[in-house]
This record gives sequence, C-alpha cells and structure tokens, in this order.
Amino acid sequence: MSDALSADGSDVNQDDTQEDVMTPAELIAKLEEAWLNEKFSPELLENKSEVVECVMEQLSHMEANLQRVKKGDAKASIHRMEIDRIRFVLSSYLRARLQKIEKFFPHVLEREKSRGEGDPSLLSPEEFAFAKEYYANTETYLKAIALKRMPPNLQTVDMLKAVPEPCLDSFVFLRVKEKQENILVEPETDDQREYVVDLEEGSQHLMRYRTIAPLVSIGAVQLI
Amino acid sequence: WEACVHSNEAKAEGRAELIPSIKLRHCCLLRNQRCLTAYLYDRLLRMRALRWEYGSVLPANVRFHMCAEEVQWFSQYKKSLASFMRSLGGGEGLDLTQDMKPPKSLYIEVRCLKDHGEFEIDDGTVILLKKNSQHFLPRWKCEQLIRQGVLEHVVS
Repeated sequence: MSDALSADGSDVNQDDTQEDVMTPAELIAKLEEAWLNEKFSPELLENKSEVVECVMEQLSHMEANLQRVKKGDAKASIHRMEIDRIRFVLSSYLRARLQKIEKFFPHVLEREKSRGEGDPSLLSPEEFAFAKEYYANTETYLKAIALKRMPPNLQTVDMLKAVPEPCLDSFVFLRVKEKQENILVEPETDDQREYVVDLEEGSQHLMRYRTIAPLVSIGAVQLI
Repeated sequence: WEACVHSNEAKAEGRAELIPSIKLRHCCLLRNQRCLTAYLYDRLLRMRALRWEYGSVLPANVRFHMCAEEVQWFSQYKKSLASFMRSLGGGEGLDLTQDMKPPKSLYIEVRCLKDHGEFEIDDGTVILLKKNSQHFLPRWKCEQLIRQGVLEHVVS
C-alpha cells in the first residue's frame, strides 16, 4: 500500500511548504490509529481535524492524478481501490464520531463547554454546531409533541439525567506502543485490592477503559 | 420539587395525611413522563436510522406513519447532517452515507429486483435496470440502490 501512495505522494510533497510535513504513509497510519481508537473507545475522543483535512487533501490529489492516467491501465484500478479504501476508513471514523455525538449529546456538549482554555477540543467547530442543532431539534420535538401538554411542573426534561452517559468501565483490548510503568488498576470486587501493572511495549491486554483512558489520548496505547 | 411544594402546603394546612398520596401521584406522573419521552425518543432513533440506511427521501408508506412534528424533526436532522457533511475537509465535503462497508472489489455483480429505468455510469454508458436483469457495475454507484432494495448484490 505504501508503494502506491509514495508514487502519488511525491507530487504532494514537492508542493508542500509546511515545516512539519508527514509522508502520506505516516498520515494514513495516523488516520487508521485514530479510526481504531474511536471505534473501540466507549466515549468520544479528542477530535483530529488536522488529520481529517490532510487526508481529504490527499484524496483529492490522488483523484486528480487518476484522471491523468489513461483508462484501462492496470495501475488505475489499483489506485482506485486505494482511494476507495482510504475514503472508507475516513468515512467510518467520522461516522463513529457522529454516532457517539448523537448518542451522548448532552454530555458531549457539557464536556465541550466546561473544558479549560488550553485543553484540546473534543469537537471540531462543525461537530459542535451539529451537536447543538441535534440538541435543539430533539428538545423542540419533545416539547411540541408531548411536553407542552403535560402539567406545568413536568414540562422540561433534564437531558443530562435522561440520556445515559458512556460506560467508561467497559473492557477494551489494547496494544502497548510505549512502555508504561505503575499503572494503577482499581479492584473489581470487594475481595481484591488495587494493584499496579507495568505495560511492556508491544504487549496486548484486555482492561477496563477507565484505567487506560489517559494513555489512549497521549498515544501510548492503541485500542484494537 | 413540585411534590415538596404540595407537601409543604399540606403540612401548613394541617393535612399531613395527604403527603404520601401527593408523593405517590408525583412519582406516577414522573414515570408516565419518562415512558412517553422514551417512546418518542425511540421513534426518533428509528427515523435517524432510516436516514442512514435508506436515504434522505423517505418512502411514502413510512411518511404516512409520521406525524407533523416528526417530519419536521427529520427534515431538520437531514439539513444538519447535510451541512456537516458539506463542511468536511475545509469546505470540500464528503458524503458519509456512502462507503458503509469496506471495499472488496471495484466492480460487483448485481441483479435488479424491480424496474428502475435508466441508470448512467461514469463513462457515459446508460444501463436499463429492468427487473431480473443482471449487470456488472462499479461498486460505488450501486451502494445506494442496493440499500434501497432496487439492486441485489449477487455473490457467486
């Protein structure tokens, strides 16, 4: 796969004037990491809009290159498949995010509103607008169809209480990318006591998401 | 909270024996409210699923079962989703309702389940989609029609 990409990527890099340019192969690897993490994590993760934008740019470059190749050439179908695969991964990533935004909409909006100045944002500006519209739309619907006909004291629904929160205690599979020491694991039952584990690079584990959530956001582990 | 107000009034007027009934009535009302909102929200989720699985124009028999507020919700949801998809990648846009499955091959064999008339593919050729006809078409053009039940993917 990286062969097909670098053949087209060399055109891209020559035009690129950014300092921190990634090779196309690295960019796609980052997209796949973000995609897998988002798919398997129970909560919405940090948004990676720079990766999304770069990948879309990459896709349009590849499409443009494809137009230049004459039809019926065998290389064209391989490149076409490449484009389709990358577009699938990107779409799947964005869909996974949208589904989580819709599923946990009041909590997502609350988290975004209450995050600190320097904290990375959870939602891209477009996702934030979508989440707000979804909230308003749903609230309007419930009010118009049912709530306005209820007794005065029952005419609102507390969305934060009504919509369930993501279950951070669900178990996830992970692979360790950077060695970690002294990870504190909470006890499951009353008989157990809390203990620490060391995570070796390259090892794979099944743990509660809550324990390793910070490691996912810094990229020390990869959900699989 | 309202139950507290009523309870306080009952206490103030010396009719404390009413407090349990007030609390019970309030619990019943809350439960009814929860059941209703759960039912209505579940309907919304099904309509949302239809947008993703079927498309942005719902068939008449489905629309028949939707009330005016639901139609309104659906049309607003469609608009939100469309403007989100348009804004992706710095304004270029990406249709997220396509590419729902990992691509396995470029072209697929499809059989037509109902008459759908003429269908144009990228290089300009026009295919007539007649019931029971089979065609070998580019996968990305067929996705939507397969989801709508017009075409069927033939796996031999």
